[in-house]
Amino acid sequence: MRRAELVTAVVLAALSIYFMWKSAELEIGWIEDEGPGGGAWPFWLAAIMLACCGWTIVNWIRRTTPASDSDLPFMDGYARKMFLLVGGGVTAMVALVHIVGMYGSLLVFLIYYIRFLGQHSWVTTLTIALITPVATFFFFDIAMTMDLPKGYLEPLFLPLYAIFL
Amino acid sequence: MEIFQHLMGGFLIAFEPLNLGLVILGVVLGLFIGAMPGLGSVNGVAILLPVTFLVPPTSAIIFLAAIYYGAMYGGAISSIMLGIPGASTAVATTFDGRPLALSGNADKALIAAAVASFFGGTVSILLFTGFAPVLASIALDFGDFEIFALMLLAFATFIGLGGDDIPKTIFSICIGMVFSAVGFDIISGEPRLVFLDLPGFSRPINFLVLAIGIYGIGEMLWTIETTRGSPTMSKAVLSVERVLSNLRELLSTWKTAVMASFLGYFVGILPAAGATPGSLMAYGVAKLTSKDPSKFGKGEVAGVVAPEAANNAASTGSMLPMLTLGIPGSPTTAILLGGMVIWGLTPGPRLFVEQEEFVWGLIASLYAANLFAVLINIGFIPLFLWVLKTPFTILAPMIFVLCLVGGFAPTRSLHDIWLMLIFGIGGYLLRKLDYPLAPAVLAIVLGPIAEPALRQSLLISDGSFAPFFTRPIAGPITIIALLLILLPVFKYGYQRIKGRGETQ
Repeated sequence: MRRAELVTAVVLAALSIYFMWKSAELEIGWIEDEGPGGGAWPFWLAAIMLACCGWTIVNWIRRTTPASDSDLPFMDGYARKMFLLVGGGVTAMVALVHIVGMYGSLLVFLIYYIRFLGQHSWVTTLTIALITPVATFFFFDIAMTMDLPKGYLEPLFLPLYAIFL
Repeated sequence: MEIFQHLMGGFLIAFEPLNLGLVILGVVLGLFIGAMPGLGSVNGVAILLPVTFLVPPTSAIIFLAAIYYGAMYGGAISSIMLGIPGASTAVATTFDGRPLALSGNADKALIAAAVASFFGGTVSILLFTGFAPVLASIALDFGDFEIFALMLLAFATFIGLGGDDIPKTIFSICIGMVFSAVGFDIISGEPRLVFLDLPGFSRPINFLVLAIGIYGIGEMLWTIETTRGSPTMSKAVLSVERVLSNLRELLSTWKTAVMASFLGYFVGILPAAGATPGSLMAYGVAKLTSKDPSKFGKGEVAGVVAPEAANNAASTGSMLPMLTLGIPGSPTTAILLGGMVIWGLTPGPRLFVEQEEFVWGLIASLYAANLFAVLINIGFIPLFLWVLKTPFTILAPMIFVLCLVGGFAPTRSLHDIWLMLIFGIGGYLLRKLDYPLAPAVLAIVLGPIAEPALRQSLLISDGSFAPFFTRPIAGPITIIALLLILLPVFKYGYQRIKGRGETQ
């Protein structure tokens, strides 16, 4: 926990510096008759962020916060395993949207989670994994006429459009 | 009398078939969301906001407010039955609700929670109906100085009263504001903070991307880690006779209910305070003023009544600054406020003049939501207990799916779902290190209002900050805000002096 606290503060400080540098692409000073420049607001906010990271590091040195004075691991075995399985699964779901579209990706993710992580029966898994994308399709594509990404599965949807739209 | 007429007009809107249907649906969903461990009103409202693009703004807000309300009722169910707060707003309900359930009186606790919620809700809506138009008419005169001072007050509340690590709270506020500045400078129109020169950053980051990331994906990851294994559920014995005798017993707690309702309402009004501190404070006061404080924590009915009346009262209270000043009183109302912007409304006092139908429809729907929530809650207790048994390994993937679709819907951009994923994972990791995340969500909603207010103010005053202190309304607000920001410093100094005195 103690190491994670320091690493995070340093990473966030670096992020703050990046934000400051990025804001400084616009005028951060006073412009006559226009008031503060466009970069001033984010620049000074990022500067405060940097100061807060410094403050957190000072607290870390003095061991005054719970996280900076804890010998517990940032993530134990269970937490790391679940984080990788679930976080990885969600990341894969987002990545799959680019290839098989939203509906294909939902189907794969639900099967992965319910069957393999949750160890439910195939009947439960397939019932939920099939109903969810279908219901989502009728809500978004048909009722809200909001075209969700289909990826390479686009041709499969053409007959459905012909019927419902 | 004018208020009465407006309210009647509001009822006509709230009782239109579509709106009434949405109230009932919202309450049911809210009860369900509130009852699930780890999910509260803020998660429900964030994840389901994109769904409301289907209906007009008035119906949308009525639906979301009903979810908010239902979740306040529902939170008590898992606090009592599982001993895990269904939402942070129901933390205090576990203190006495769980011991009651363990001693075989789960039904007593459930009914006390439902009736107290109804009482708190009713008192607060009456107060709201009376206060809102008055406050809105005062707020109509507010200029840029006053608006910025109010924003400062909202963030100062987090710093002074939030109870979280101070540098981390300030960091969270600032990063939310910086995210709200991405895209282009609203005054000059120049591109600004286009990170890594990705085209996705050349338009503002939608607040829902951050809200769903944190309250959907981040919250789920957090819940999966913290609720290892499945909790054990208490048994509830329900019969008409027992319900009636429980109700009779509840009458004796009316003083606690009145106190908690007023306290909750006023804490709820404070910008950024919300229902969680409201319910904790009400529990504390109920214990302090009780004839026998030692009973608290061991299964005292008043210990369930106080936090439940207060959290419902606070949720109504937090809508007051949202509607009249355009400043949210809680994380959930921050999301509602962001929703109003998406629906094309400008939050603030002018709503009362320009969008009468929206405002009064919402107020009237609160009365309806409160009534339906108590009826559905008590009538369907067995159903909610059954739903509570839904394995988390089915619920969690469904929520991730809703997040994915909900994160895509507002902007229809794949860039945004990646961003949402990064916010979710980053938020989860930061939360493990005690970084509070609600301030960031509030900040991304308020950023686009705060920045122009500050810049216009400085332009008017020619770069001087003095008017923030000298103007009749802005002055006191700014000073209170600064005192709140300095409050932790005072506390720290006091403790050191006291500590030194003790060691000597």
